Amino acid sequence: MSRLIEPEVAERVLRRALARGGEFAEVYAERNTGMTMAIDESRIESVQSGAEEGAGVRVTSGATTYFAHVDGLDPADLERAAAEAAGALRGESGEPRQLHAVPGVPQAVEQRPADVAAERKAALLRELDERGRGAGSEIAQLLASYAEVRREVAVANSDGLLSNDDRSRVRIGVQAVARRGETVETGAETLGGHRGFELFDGDPGFVAESAARKALTLLDAGPAPAGSMPVVVGGGFGGVLFHEMTGHGLEADHVQKGASVYAGKLGEQVAQPLLTAYDDGRMPNEWGSDAIDDEGTPTQKTAVIEEGRLTSFLYDGLTARRDGVAPTGNGRRESFRHLPVPRMTNTYIAPGEAEPEAMIAEVARGFYAVSFGGGQVDPATGDFVFGVTEGYLIEGGRVTRPCRGATLIGNCLQALMAIDAVGSDFEIKTGICGKAGQKVPVGTGQGHVRIGSMTVGGTEV
Amino acid sequence: MIGVAQQAVAATLAAGASDAEAYGSEEARREVRARGGEVESLTAATQLGIGVRAWIGTRAGYAFGTDLSEWGLATLGARAAEAARVADEDEFAGPPELPVRLTSDMAAEVALEPMPVLELSDASVATWSVAEIAELALAAEGAALAADGRVAGVEQAVYADSAERIAIVSSRDVSGEFQRSSCYAYVLALAEGDDGRETGLGFDLGRGPAALDPVAIGREGAERATAMIGAVKPQSRSCPLVLDATVAASFVGLVGRGLSAGAVQRGRSPFAGKVGGEVAAAGFALSDDGLDPGGPASSPFDGEGVPCRRTALIDGGALHTYLYDSYTARRGGAASTGNAGRGGYRAQPGVAPSNLVVEPGSLRFEEQLSAAGDGVFITDVAGLHSGVNPVSGVFSVGASGRMIRQGELAEPLREFTIAGDLVSMLRSVRGVGDEPRWVPFGGSVSTPPLLIGAMTVAGS
Repeated sequence: MSRLIEPEVAERVLRRALARGGEFAEVYAERNTGMTMAIDESRIESVQSGAEEGAGVRVTSGATTYFAHVDGLDPADLERAAAEAAGALRGESGEPRQLHAVPGVPQAVEQRPADVAAERKAALLRELDERGRGAGSEIAQLLASYAEVRREVAVANSDGLLSNDDRSRVRIGVQAVARRGETVETGAETLGGHRGFELFDGDPGFVAESAARKALTLLDAGPAPAGSMPVVVGGGFGGVLFHEMTGHGLEADHVQKGASVYAGKLGEQVAQPLLTAYDDGRMPNEWGSDAIDDEGTPTQKTAVIEEGRLTSFLYDGLTARRDGVAPTGNGRRESFRHLPVPRMTNTYIAPGEAEPEAMIAEVARGFYAVSFGGGQVDPATGDFVFGVTEGYLIEGGRVTRPCRGATLIGNCLQALMAIDAVGSDFEIKTGICGKAGQKVPVGTGQGHVRIGSMTVGGTEV
Repeated sequence: MIGVAQQAVAATLAAGASDAEAYGSEEARREVRARGGEVESLTAATQLGIGVRAWIGTRAGYAFGTDLSEWGLATLGARAAEAARVADEDEFAGPPELPVRLTSDMAAEVALEPMPVLELSDASVATWSVAEIAELALAAEGAALAADGRVAGVEQAVYADSAERIAIVSSRDVSGEFQRSSCYAYVLALAEGDDGRETGLGFDLGRGPAALDPVAIGREGAERATAMIGAVKPQSRSCPLVLDATVAASFVGLVGRGLSAGAVQRGRSPFAGKVGGEVAAAGFALSDDGLDPGGPASSPFDGEGVPCRRTALIDGGALHTYLYDSYTARRGGAASTGNAGRGGYRAQPGVAPSNLVVEPGSLRFEEQLSAAGDGVFITDVAGLHSGVNPVSGVFSVGASGRMIRQGELAEPLREFTIAGDLVSMLRSVRGVGDEPRWVPFGGSVSTPPLLIGAMTVAGS
């Protein structure tokens, strides 16, 4: 890999960025290469490769951030971006500190996806197609996709930081459609990591079987219940619930704007003592892991809730400076075209002591939510909503039948406090999180978790 | 731009492709974020890139990049051809076969029929200075704060604009270029009630900042936020609903996705097999109009160079046609409707609605409320990306709004869901409002509020 940006060039760009004032300047350079392909109707299609490079330069002055980005990494491109960013400033020029290189230590990648022949990736998709279709004669459609991306990043700032990272991610996703007469149901499953192609060394075909099984199960589904009831949330993907209802409210930008229900609650009991949760950007080879965040801060493991007590927010550099604390390595951005904002990495509820079966056995009538299509939260009010893609009715302490079209809805402060059991099982799944128009890869995890009472929005009143 | 696209086509053919198409875009963007009477961030950006489709016989591949040097374009062409070699044969794959010749800027000719000239650029995008657009964002924030004493703050006031030039060239004589500008502004107002905060979104969009009214944007955000103060959970039941235009637009966007031939042909649409059938109430009419002068998504030609047009989708309750690009048209034995959508040069074209337009009806908003009698006015929905099954059309989404009692707006409601399926919902449209609005949610949609006969509301 050639260097994205020479230290001399970085220094020149930073000097240019501070030429008209400002307290802080940064240049972030990136080279993105990637490939995606899909199989649909048992045919390899949508084969696509991309290569782009560019840089973003920002200057902060008082409460204002000035940002410019350009496609291309020629020194002239970078200086143009610096001049644009500084264009609206009217102050005295500043001097950046001398750069000290602190290279990041990238996640271990054994087999670079780009070095693997495209035919092997196509063969992987064909295997997913066969395994998924083989799961049952009622599987009518199967769509599987493969994606690889390599992001080389370098960041330098006027405080003298110069760091870099080299990130390879691979992911497969399967969507299966099952049909019985007029009834049509879908099931989805993914597998991904901050890893090389070795992620698929085991038995990736289970991803397709799992998606197919979900779709087939739903063929027998009845309407979802509507109303308030206990809800047991499954492990792995279930972590998206914590991600949405609590994680976003812990991001320091929301907090500082007073647009988080957790503002002012540091040190307070926000959950039962049985709950402890972390954000950990260092977990080896997990989807949300990186060596450094997109401002050059090393990633770390941050306890956000310890035994029910709120212990930390998630910070990028700007919000950390405002609160007079150290950044937590959560300054992330989708690409050089975006400003970094506080974002989660891998966020999870730590394993507890309850057995999942026992948790369900204690519920007279409730809902078992296993997979979510995603969710949304308004951090200011704490109101959230989740679409349940795989859910079951619990009756008399037993899981009785699958339900279609259910949604969980509630308020995060109440729902988090209402968690009355945390399972001893544990799993982390991959997600793509959207915030402020930027998408970043995140890990969400937990074991089974039970919420004492929550609104289930179905059609069966 | 068109010269670069021509070079990219030549490079792709040289790399062994039997046909090639290049789509280039050059864009200048600005964005201002304001908060607390100050500019929080100011962004200026230029983007320049190209995407190439290569066909080798009936195998198709795609590549995009930002390196527009001779070497960069040669590599790009080679990557696109390489991608095509990996793909399986597909008898319907290939460039558009229309005898299309697109001429300079806004005009295009198809089979000697002149296209209407579209005015898609507004001078104010170029002439308004950074200070002026910052002032606009600050004015929207100020208007939200001034509108109502219960507005505690504005989480964000944003203005953004873009001026772009798009060029497309293919080995089958497609060659065209056009310019377009667009902008939007919004505020997210925070209102303080006795039992917590409420948020309200106010927004507007246009081709240039001169078309936006910051005071109206701020007031809308303030009104929406303060209207929610003291909101309670409704009782679970089935009742009539009035969907605010922003909510109706989100659902219409989902309908548009289901009417895309790609979803239909692959058995992933609730509208599959329904052409000629009754899919909506008689009073509901929906079209896709890529030439609507006010439409944010309007353009002279689509993402593969086929001229845009107006297509009646649902009329008198009956489904007339699906939306096609050239691939799905060939596969479905139909003609392209000019609906090859493109999410910039990084995305290959696929069938997508352009501007979806719901034909306005005759009911004033008050008449819709009074026809609802006892029901719920829905002002916001959440979780549309997760709560809707695109294959079956079954949905359950989070919602907030106001109770309708005896035809009048009553207490605010929150934390409930509405559930049903798209076709049943269209069939139970009982009244279409008379005031349409362009909404950027769910694509680009123009719709008035809609009165729905009955739907399930799940609360307490």
